[in-house]
Amino acid sequence: MNPARKRQIRLVVALTAAVLLATALVYTSFNASSEAKSPSELLSGAVGDGTYEVYGKVVPGSIQRDGADMTFEIADREDPSVKIPVEYTGQVPDPFRDGREVIVTGRLENGTLVAEKDQLITKCPSKFAAEAEADPEHVIIDESLDGS
Amino acid sequence: MAGLGLACLIAALCAFGYAAVAAFHGARTGDRRWVDSSRRSIYAAAGLLSVCVVVVESAFARSDFSFELVALHSSTTTPTLYKLTALWGSQAGSLLLWAFVLSVAASAVLFATRHKHREVAPYATAVLGALGVFFAGLMLFADGANPFAQLDPAPAEGNGLNPLLRHPAMAIHPPMLYAGYVLFSIPFAFAIGALITRRLDASWIRSTRRFALLAWIFLSIGIMLGARWSYSELGWGGYWGWDAVENASLMPWLTGIAFLHSIMVQERRGMLKVWNVSLIVGTFALCLLGTFLVRSGILESIHAFGESTVGTPLLVLVALVLIGSTALIVSRLDDLRSERRIESLASREAVFLVNNLLLVGLALVIWWGTFFPLISEAVTGTRSSLAAPWFADYTTPLAILLVLFTGIGPLLAWRRISPGAALRIFSGPLAFAVAVGVVLAVFTDAAGEPWAFAMFCIAAFALAGLAQEFARGAASLRALNGGSYVVALGRLVGRNRRRYGGYIVHTGIAILFIAVAASSSFQTSRDVRMMPGESVEVEDYRITYAEPSADIDPEEQKLTFAARLDVERDGKRFSLSPSRNYYSSNARDPSAGPIRSFFEGEATSEVGRREGAKEDLWTAMQPDLEPLEPLIAAVDKRLLRRLPEVGPGGPTPEQIEQMREFATAQGDAIERLAALYVANPLPVTFRINVNPFVIWLWVGGLVAVAGALIAAWPAPAARRRRVSDVYAARLAKELGRA
Amino acid sequence: MEIVLALIIVAALAWFVARPLLPAGREVATEDPRIADLEARKEAKYREIRDAELDREQGKLSPKDWARVDAELRREAIEILKELDRVRAERKGGSQGE
Repeated sequence: MNPARKRQIRLVVALTAAVLLATALVYTSFNASSEAKSPSELLSGAVGDGTYEVYGKVVPGSIQRDGADMTFEIADREDPSVKIPVEYTGQVPDPFRDGREVIVTGRLENGTLVAEKDQLITKCPSKFAAEAEADPEHVIIDESLDGS
Repeated sequence: MAGLGLACLIAALCAFGYAAVAAFHGARTGDRRWVDSSRRSIYAAAGLLSVCVVVVESAFARSDFSFELVALHSSTTTPTLYKLTALWGSQAGSLLLWAFVLSVAASAVLFATRHKHREVAPYATAVLGALGVFFAGLMLFADGANPFAQLDPAPAEGNGLNPLLRHPAMAIHPPMLYAGYVLFSIPFAFAIGALITRRLDASWIRSTRRFALLAWIFLSIGIMLGARWSYSELGWGGYWGWDAVENASLMPWLTGIAFLHSIMVQERRGMLKVWNVSLIVGTFALCLLGTFLVRSGILESIHAFGESTVGTPLLVLVALVLIGSTALIVSRLDDLRSERRIESLASREAVFLVNNLLLVGLALVIWWGTFFPLISEAVTGTRSSLAAPWFADYTTPLAILLVLFTGIGPLLAWRRISPGAALRIFSGPLAFAVAVGVVLAVFTDAAGEPWAFAMFCIAAFALAGLAQEFARGAASLRALNGGSYVVALGRLVGRNRRRYGGYIVHTGIAILFIAVAASSSFQTSRDVRMMPGESVEVEDYRITYAEPSADIDPEEQKLTFAARLDVERDGKRFSLSPSRNYYSSNARDPSAGPIRSFFEGEATSEVGRREGAKEDLWTAMQPDLEPLEPLIAAVDKRLLRRLPEVGPGGPTPEQIEQMREFATAQGDAIERLAALYVANPLPVTFRINVNPFVIWLWVGGLVAVAGALIAAWPAPAARRRRVSDVYAARLAKELGRA
Repeated sequence: MEIVLALIIVAALAWFVARPLLPAGREVATEDPRIADLEARKEAKYREIRDAELDREQGKLSPKDWARVDAELRREAIEILKELDRVRAERKGGSQGE
């Protein structure tokens, strides 16, 4: 085989590998990714299998613990009457409690959202840095305390 | 002092701008005086930015809250070390750090090459000057990016540094990453200069190779520190979570390795020129993207601290760099043609090429996964994200191949290796790998995890090959000079720093990947809810929750709930004490709930851990605070009644007295809460992990960094001259004969 | 006070930066880029020669292969040295003529 032909073959092999990798990447990423959904979107039945990031509010009084496992319900932000039960194991963020906005990643099984381990995010009502700018009020209180 | 800092920042902007224009003018007209002046202007910018850094840092040290930056990110109660490191906890501070490191690195490279690169250096100066203008300009003109912004009147107390960042690893992790990012701008600038002047031989590489290597070393240290921090401070138990910002630092690290290898091929064989300039452009763009990701908050990440105002300009810069460089490369394709072709696939350069493709492939996979939320939003309209398993599916096989070629590369010779020699060289390491495989399969359950098993065997092959390289090299030196084996080994490395330093890096990387494979495949993780006195068995450990404890740090406004775990294993006993720290989210606004605010803000985990060569026992705790809820609500209600209503005219002296009393009552209540926690313990959820081999991750990282430092260390000038002279004499002799 | 300090710093640096442009300024001597290029190539070639020797010592190159590679590398190195001498001589001749 002459060198030019050899090079051509190598180029074709390399390009094929690259195209295959790229296709696999695109295909699997759209399959494996979890879409963000609200409880009502999830329960409307228009979703297939797969994992979803479900966002909503924790229904007050719904939190129940059993050892390291936990169940609770999350309600739709727009329509609080739409609720979905959640089964969760793993770390519970500290600010997690009744009425908090949460994002749970998991899959739907018989109308229950079975969360993946550690995939519970609780939105903090107040963010550490942002709030001083938002509310200059408390600066005044503090200043006067010190200034006396 | 802010006025001085601001003046210096403006002057630095002008100095960068003048440097860019003067260098460009000097390059076009060939007037060396302008080039000399532009270089001095970069030195001047470095001096001015040093003043800026000193001004800001002294404001942090003095807790001068008239600086907005200090008020937002520090407080009088912040420990002194963290006051100083709070600089890079903020957007403005990290931009200042970027510009400062850029000016120092640019000065270093321009000083070192002032007698060389008459054509390339002026354009490189112009590129570096333009980058400096960009970052200094951002600080001066972007919203909230000015480190010298003032607050009037100055508040009496600052916000404090985010507690998650109060960790020694976090104190040095960001500047290491930034230094890595910034240093890649040096080879980038010279590559652009080389492209413009069509001086595309190896001389720009020769002058900037060391900067690329240093950049890689800084990135490595930064990444390892980040992993260490995640392992000891975040209560989830891992060191790598495929977080967007972690990924952002990994991408230029990978393409940086590719660049460091492929420039060797260009230096020796005159090949891969297009590839090399593209790689350094890509690497630098990824560095800018990394800076952008930390600061933009565009992707969900534990690192994205608040909203940013510099996202768009940074993105524009990335686009400019990519488009401009691509156009330049395309217009210079004729000058970038390879001088030679690869002779044989069984050659070092061929393996380098394969490893390059693997590294760039890995970086592409990570890039796709990191930006997938944005990609999917653009394509389907809804934002979807990819989790760790998706990343693992791709990176695992690619990493195994990478380690395989890490092992093969050093065994091959440049150009080609004869089949006989290959057989001799490869048989030992291959036999060792097979033996390791058999032993692992027979005596352990490693074969149950095929990917990890493959990684162990291949890493064994790589390590055996490297050991053989060292052994043979030392043996032949000894045959020549005599002396002990150790001396010969030292001399071998000392004489061939680049080659054997590189081999040491390979050794470290192989060890690191063994640790990654072992710890990710054979981890045991249990979440257990226990009351004091209860026990649990995890693997060979019997773990008893002995007693709770609580601690208050009024300085830092921190409440700590801790646990003592008594551990017994094979008759040996020891104790671990994981804890959970709650920081009051709003010490300055008690109305949010004087007690509640402790459990709404930042919380950090102190991990209770025992590290060992074989495995780490890793524990984190999380008390179930729900039973305390009614109590907290009641106490908050009672306390708040004592807080006076402050009218618009400010508090009256009487009200100030009331507030004092309120603060005391709040402190008492917290203390009572802590005592209550100890007296009536709450159920605690413990995460107990047995993580095998994690310690080798840090060992491997250290070995790799040490190897890279050896490779970067300049050879002593005297000996280099002697060696050249010897060759020159010999060559001259042959010259005479020819 | 601050303004004075800032002015002093800026003035000093401005003088420092502008000095090469002043009549008394002296140009920093620089290497001919052709020489720099040849030096880089020479160094790389020497490294290749040493690498080949290391590879022979470690048995990766058979003595026969090494002899061939080494001879080729040395020939290339000599070409570079010749070229270097030629450029240097040319430069010297040029600067004497100036």
